[in-house]
Amino acid sequence: MRNKRGWFAFPYVIWMALFVVIPIVIMAVYAFTATDSATNAAQATLDNFTGMGLYLSVFLRSFWLAILATLVCLLIGYPVSYWMAKEGPRFQRLAMALIMLPMWMNFLLRTYSWMSILENNGLLNQFFRAVGLLDLLGVDHIQMIGTSGAVVLGMVYNYLPFMILPIYSVIVKLDGSLIEAARDLGADSARVFRKVIFPLSLPGILSGVTMVFVPSVSTFAISNLLGGGKQTMLGDLIELQFLGGAYNPHLGAAISMVMMVVVVVCMVVMNHFGEGEEQAVIM
Amino acid sequence: MSKELIRLSDCVMSYGDEVVLDHINLYINDKEFLTLLGPSGCGKTTTLRIIGGFLSPTAGDVLFDGVRINDVPPHKRAVNTVFQRYALFPHLNVFENVAFGLRIPKGDANGRKVKLPEQEIHGRVMEMLETVNLKGFEKRPVSALSGGQQQRVAIARALVNRPRVLLLDEPLGALDMRLRKDMQNELKRIQQEMEITFIYVTHDQEEALAMSDTVVVMDGGRIQQIGTPEDIYNEPKNAFVADFIGESNIIDGVMRADGVVEIFNRRFQCLDKGFEKDEPVDVVIRPEDVDIVDEAAGQLKGTVTSVTFKGVHYDTIVDFYGFKWLIQTTDYCPVDSRIGIKIDPDGIHVMKKSAYSGMFGDYSSYSEEYEELDVVEDEPEEGEGDAPWEGGHEE
Repeated sequence: MRNKRGWFAFPYVIWMALFVVIPIVIMAVYAFTATDSATNAAQATLDNFTGMGLYLSVFLRSFWLAILATLVCLLIGYPVSYWMAKEGPRFQRLAMALIMLPMWMNFLLRTYSWMSILENNGLLNQFFRAVGLLDLLGVDHIQMIGTSGAVVLGMVYNYLPFMILPIYSVIVKLDGSLIEAARDLGADSARVFRKVIFPLSLPGILSGVTMVFVPSVSTFAISNLLGGGKQTMLGDLIELQFLGGAYNPHLGAAISMVMMVVVVVCMVVMNHFGEGEEQAVIM
Repeated sequence: MSKELIRLSDCVMSYGDEVVLDHINLYINDKEFLTLLGPSGCGKTTTLRIIGGFLSPTAGDVLFDGVRINDVPPHKRAVNTVFQRYALFPHLNVFENVAFGLRIPKGDANGRKVKLPEQEIHGRVMEMLETVNLKGFEKRPVSALSGGQQQRVAIARALVNRPRVLLLDEPLGALDMRLRKDMQNELKRIQQEMEITFIYVTHDQEEALAMSDTVVVMDGGRIQQIGTPEDIYNEPKNAFVADFIGESNIIDGVMRADGVVEIFNRRFQCLDKGFEKDEPVDVVIRPEDVDIVDEAAGQLKGTVTSVTFKGVHYDTIVDFYGFKWLIQTTDYCPVDSRIGIKIDPDGIHVMKKSAYSGMFGDYSSYSEEYEELDVVEDEPEEGEGDAPWEGGHEE
């Protein structure tokens, strides 16, 4: 290492090796082997991958719901970030605190709360009943829990701050004179946004999308709790292979590998689009 | 000869109790190179931003070609700006930066929005890049350019739109001395070639004198003097202008008659007339207008207190009766020697007393004054009215 202080990074390098690189290697070994039921010995095989077609629907659902959640986060998060960045510093601090506030509570607690809100006899349905909406529709309750919508809602709720923060931090640092320059050259507000503000906030959007999409696609608690077991996602499937009844770590490892590769490919493609002056953080 | 293009009529700009511009009256002729000159916080940038449309005056009118434009937004004004730190778009290359304004559809005679054909855009951008000596740079990202090159891109980006007026906000502030001199000549050449009105903001008096047709000296939100560079230098209106433009010794005097002024109880011939008899005045004597002679032959006699070699001349500080003068001559006079001086009548300029009387023009703290000047040059940015967003967010 040319940097003399490079050795300061050694603890982290060792940490990475022990807990990131080695586990990935172990996972790969698991993925490409199977336990012979007769001899109980491990042997190399591709069966874990070839048999994965069974779970295609789970793959598709995971990616579909994660993409949906990411889009919703972007659609909500961008205007919020933009608005925050334009306001004064006091408002910015307040808004930031409000956005971070839910994060101070435990992730599972937050998700359980959504369960009790969305349940068939939960807060929302009780509210609908009280205002007479359910009678009007002639139903006992509106099915919310256990739907894919509930899962997406859970993901959006939990991961929205990860979309807002990077976009906000890019927009707030945007040089105001660039906007003045664009207006001076004849651009109206819409054009200033399209041609200057939006392109320059792309790095923030890319980080935000990454930070929402990756945890969304691999989540298992949200889909488990809000999907009511009917919205199995990749995370649930993997969990099932390691801890659940379908115990088969080899298959679980293989699914994880495939998911990882797909996510990395997605990110590389996305970052390629945003290639410009400022590079986005990949992960 | 040339006709009036822009007029600021009684413009006031204030933020709460703080008055940034105090009743500015100014007109700017077509094809003129006009410089707004003054120290930090004098209101020159605010004036420029009002003309550019980024600020609207608290009171008063801005007229363009006789039409009131107070509320016309920047993108609808026939004015383009070269910003202090260039404000180039980092996500676009040189070509696209320059083409930015041309790609915006403009209303035609029937009010329909029309786009310029790509071919014309290409032609005009390339022509402009050639004008600013940046041919061959069109594909480069702006971050790969030097300060001087970025400066040229900023100028090209503004001029390619063929504005009636180009506003330049301390455009050379970030360049080194050499480059600055080159760019001064180049700006003047471009202005004359393209026959566009330039309104130039600077705190550098040399720059102002070298380039301008008209100089507007500002301080404290007020215009102190408007005139040609020669007028401003030779006939400063008050002690502030005399001190800010070049070096000057400013001495208390009394006008004894037309063409006769008394300083240090001695009468001097001068060319100034029209003062009342025995009116107290400020007398400006430029350091280069003083001749050093033998003590016996001198109109005033004093002691040399310091000598600095400046290349072309010596900066000699001489003590006359407790008042320190700066004299610039090619003659060397050692420290502590007694000398006399002679001043020709055209070397004396008499000014009416003003609020600035007594604040400038004594060189007893000469070295400190130089340091102050350096500090000013280090911070070309002016804090006045910087509102990057329409909502005006504070930093």
